Amino acid sequence: MKYFFAPIIAVLVLLTVTGAVGQMKLNGAGATFPYVIYSKWFDLYHQNTGIEFNYQSIGSGGGIKQVIEGTVDFGASDAPMTDDQLKQAADKQGSEILHIPTVMGAVVVSYNLPGVGQGLKLSPDVLAGIFLGEITGWNDAKIKAINPDRTLPDLAIIVVHRSDGSGTTSIYTDYLSKVSKTWADKVGKGTSVNWPVGLGAKGNEGVAGMLKQSEGSIGYVELAYAVKNSLMYANLQNKAGKFVDATFDAVSTAAAGSIAAMPADLRVSITNADGDGAYPISGFTWLLIYKSGKDHDKAKEIQKFLTWAMTDGQKYAKDLYYAPLPKEVISLCRKKIASIETK
Amino acid sequence: MSTETSIISTGPSTGGAQGTSAPPVGVLHRSAAPGRNPGDAVFKYLTLAFAGVVFLFVFLMAYEMYRGSSLSIEKFGWSFLTGTVWDPVQEQYGALPFIVGTLLSSVMALVVALPLSIGVAIFLAELAPRWLERPLSFMIELLAAIPSIVYGLWGVFVLVPFLRTGVEPFLIRKFGSVPFFHGVPFGFGLAAAALILAIMVIPIITSISRDVLRSIPRAQREAAYALGATPWETTRIVLSASKSGIFGATLLGLGRAIGETMAVTMVIGNRPEIPHSIFDPAYSMASVIANEFTEATSDMYISSLIEIALILFAVTVVLNGAARLIVWGVTRRFASS
Repeated sequence: MKYFFAPIIAVLVLLTVTGAVGQMKLNGAGATFPYVIYSKWFDLYHQNTGIEFNYQSIGSGGGIKQVIEGTVDFGASDAPMTDDQLKQAADKQGSEILHIPTVMGAVVVSYNLPGVGQGLKLSPDVLAGIFLGEITGWNDAKIKAINPDRTLPDLAIIVVHRSDGSGTTSIYTDYLSKVSKTWADKVGKGTSVNWPVGLGAKGNEGVAGMLKQSEGSIGYVELAYAVKNSLMYANLQNKAGKFVDATFDAVSTAAAGSIAAMPADLRVSITNADGDGAYPISGFTWLLIYKSGKDHDKAKEIQKFLTWAMTDGQKYAKDLYYAPLPKEVISLCRKKIASIETK
Repeated sequence: MSTETSIISTGPSTGGAQGTSAPPVGVLHRSAAPGRNPGDAVFKYLTLAFAGVVFLFVFLMAYEMYRGSSLSIEKFGWSFLTGTVWDPVQEQYGALPFIVGTLLSSVMALVVALPLSIGVAIFLAELAPRWLERPLSFMIELLAAIPSIVYGLWGVFVLVPFLRTGVEPFLIRKFGSVPFFHGVPFGFGLAAAALILAIMVIPIITSISRDVLRSIPRAQREAAYALGATPWETTRIVLSASKSGIFGATLLGLGRAIGETMAVTMVIGNRPEIPHSIFDPAYSMASVIANEFTEATSDMYISSLIEIALILFAVTVVLNGAARLIVWGVTRRFASS
């Protein structure tokens, strides 16, 4: 009994020692949306280089907070930091925060309508009308007008939205604010908003579940969840007036279409983008990096990792239902990555 | 009588009598040599310190929440309690829909759960044969052990579709003109939340009520039977003696219902509006905190969510305090007889 703890202590000591002499560990926190691809990246990168990442998907808001407080080596967010937040970070950490886009995601408008298949056409007008509660039935003349070839059921529309704060909501409401002045004035955009109508469900899986349960429902989910749950989703009319399916190419086209308007700090919304083939509701997700961090060894490793993510890393995006970055964006990112101070 | 009680009290206190010549069992008392061993004093103050930590925790929690919500308390004042708009974009926060949703769903749950629980408790304490009482008690305690997320999933996949297709259209057709029974049959909403909560609080109310009923001295029942009372009349006498205990059990159940988060948020519809019908979607205090805290970015937003936590904390503390006092009162009354 006396020596009961001895082996445990020995193991602990051994772990601590090997930990100390082993490779460094980089801590990050933030968005849940890119968690799947980040964990894949971190795992592969760890196998190849021995650098260990510890990423906590606590949400974009939490990630930004931790970056400002300096408790992590990098952050992640689906919505860019505001000017005010950037100033706070500069004051507290003495460093500019770089926004590095990593992959893109598409938000699709899913519906549960018996007898109506994939690709119902929806225009920005109709979509905003439905989510504002102005269009309340599926046999509304406005919906019929853009879908003359379909028979729509006489069902009440049940709007489903996210109840938890999320980057998905942020992208979706950003889009609605751009296409509808009424929406922008009445509701606005954010990770949580005051929805005029509808039921709230927690998480993408919650919305997908509620959509499957309720006939006549419509809601927004990330593309991956619509595909995995075999939900029907709409073809949306983009800025050029074309109805577009949510494909990876359409999302990448949207990003390429926004290149001209890309600000120097890469904090940009690509919803309602220009281009014939551009899917209108998509967005970047960013890693938040200290430009002049205190620990240069860590900065160097982060720089190496980001370079890898921009090249080899992009290959894994499609399998995990993220859209890879277009070439133009990658070259902008690499300039940013090169500007990280490592000495 | 006195030897009987002293035998009962020997168990935990034999330690103090170590080293002295072993007295005959049955004469051992709690008062046997306290303080003679310095270890006893150390032990006493150490446990006292542990107990003090509990008070410290409660106090610190309340203080931290008050401090965290100072921004929103300053800006909204008492109007936070009466405001009905929850708009993170405009930074306009009012907690009334959440308070109403929490209280309504919990009270409705009690209305459903209370008669059921008391019925089961009476059966277990008074009428059930031993071979049935054991497994039934076990099943009830098992209900309390099921994680709330499991209740939530059951709610989403079984209860909600059943309500939407089977129950709500019928009720709306029959009683649609009655206040609180109109509306659209979403399935998700106040009624679904109340039913889930009812199932969750039944084990709490049942098991405490059963214990309260059992604590009524046997002599009372025997006296009632001796006077020619029927089992029903006897049960009424026992019930009236345990009224306050059952009330305490109900308050504990209410406390559980008010704090429940996961199962409620999965079925209540998460709509921050004051419901006008039992089928309307609503929202609860615990749910909004769980839902929105992770992505709340602005200071005022976080502060408002913490203030909701403070309100929830205050409601729970008051309810639990009241329940404990009542249960304590009832057990003390009968312990003396």
